Amino acid sequence: MNYSEKVMDHFINPRNVGEIKNADGIGEVGNAKCGDIMKMYLRIEDETITDCKFKTFGCGAAVATSSMATEMIKGRSIDDALKLTNSAVMEALDGLPPVKVHCSVLAEQAVKAALTDYYQKQGIDPEPIVGKVPEMEEE
Amino acid sequence: MEKRIIYADHAATTAVSDAVLQAMMPYFQTNFGNPSSIYSKGRENERAIIDARARVARCLGADPKEIFFTAGGSESDNWAIKGVADKLAAKGKKHIITSAFEHHAVLHTCEFLEKHGFEVTYLPVSADGLIDPQQVADAIREDTALVSIMYANNEIGTIQPIAEIGAVCKAKGVLFHTDAVQAVGNVEIDVKAQNIDLLSLSGHKFHAPKGVGALYIRRGITLPNLIHGGGQESGKRAGTENVTGIIGLAQAIEDATANIPAKIAKLTPLRDKLIDGILKIADTRLNGSRTQRLAGNVNISFVGIEGESLLLMLDHYGIMASSGSACTSGSLDPSHVLLSIGLSHEVAHGSLRLSFGEEFTEEDADYILAVLPGIAERLRSMSPMWETIQKEGIHFNADKTKLIKEGE
Repeated sequence: MNYSEKVMDHFINPRNVGEIKNADGIGEVGNAKCGDIMKMYLRIEDETITDCKFKTFGCGAAVATSSMATEMIKGRSIDDALKLTNSAVMEALDGLPPVKVHCSVLAEQAVKAALTDYYQKQGIDPEPIVGKVPEMEEE
Repeated sequence: MEKRIIYADHAATTAVSDAVLQAMMPYFQTNFGNPSSIYSKGRENERAIIDARARVARCLGADPKEIFFTAGGSESDNWAIKGVADKLAAKGKKHIITSAFEHHAVLHTCEFLEKHGFEVTYLPVSADGLIDPQQVADAIREDTALVSIMYANNEIGTIQPIAEIGAVCKAKGVLFHTDAVQAVGNVEIDVKAQNIDLLSLSGHKFHAPKGVGALYIRRGITLPNLIHGGGQESGKRAGTENVTGIIGLAQAIEDATANIPAKIAKLTPLRDKLIDGILKIADTRLNGSRTQRLAGNVNISFVGIEGESLLLMLDHYGIMASSGSACTSGSLDPSHVLLSIGLSHEVAHGSLRLSFGEEFTEEDADYILAVLPGIAERLRSMSPMWETIQKEGIHFNADKTKLIKEGE
């Protein structure tokens, strides 16, 4: 598997690993059957993501894309986080092998799932803002 | 702890040994002649190939005329299976028996034949990763052309009862092919005593270079030509011989088969030490029979950990290993071998294969056992799957093939 140095760095030294107690938004995507699960925790204050942590079960690319995604949204506004695309995550990691592109899609979805949860907790319908996030497949 | 570099992926490939390299060297520049040429440089190389063929044959209990050099295991498998299929289809025999956990070179060849009117029976594998000869006997029909069962599995290292299967096939008058790519040099092979009709082997698994292998075809079996052209390999596989590779293969197979009992005696305790040590980590399982397995193979599943990230962490600590087979790693599906022995997808994703050879030491085993628990703990601490498992009391079922919730 031809991983870039950045992917390897984010795999060996992942940023923002862990949980946030009483997080304002939690999103989980993927499933164990496919071999990838990402869980994203957000702390949101005044429309800004002040803290972001993740836990990932998956391959090197799954860990690296989660780590990079947290770096890219931490300290940014919700609007910025909503604009995060899988290709931006891939680009920031100097690319991914073709069979691992879906990991970057999962990372984007994990952020969106966490924001969906945030809006739901606020009593706001998330769909017009976040769009539809694929449901976790049941095993 | 001082970092060690440990190559524990012999089932994928091995380095060319010094003896093999030395044997090959003259044939690159000095003895470069085409074995088909009439002058001395050609004739000498023709003799070198005749000699190499005899040496390979001797290591398998075969006759030199029964050894055909190929480019490796996959080519040999393809030739054996498609060749027999083609030959016997004319006699109305269009049924093939194989197993669910063969190498893809066998499985995909059988799938190809299914598209061309053949019927294939994929025998199920026991939870221990073994094929029962009785299953083979029961599956043989009037129109069965070939039984193809691997000698030793490439992922879980289980050794099949080849002599018994050979006896069944002989009694029923059905041809028997075995993919022995993982077995050569690790178990004693005698094609005559074991009633093997066709046997595939690959040099680079036992210190010959990549790109050379052989197919043993028992005398009396005539397969269609694999490559049409010149008269090389009795006209069966045309093309100027890979002289250096063939010389290397002969040296390598002699070295690999010279003292198999000593190799087994050396590696078995190391294997068992690794198995016992790794199984001390919670929620792990050994894949494949503990006793009927190659002396240099360990395959363990770790709940809540994904295989590739485990390999990358091990590599960070200098340990080169595999998860499933290298051929599988490009795809996202868990290994068909692990699924064949009954593992659920969740359990199959977290497997580790360590495969090692004679240079493996006690210190290597100790290092792996020192490093692995920390890696497992680290990956589990960041795994949401592990978190769910802990919170919801999910655990192995009785035979450790899948995960179940408390009370299920």
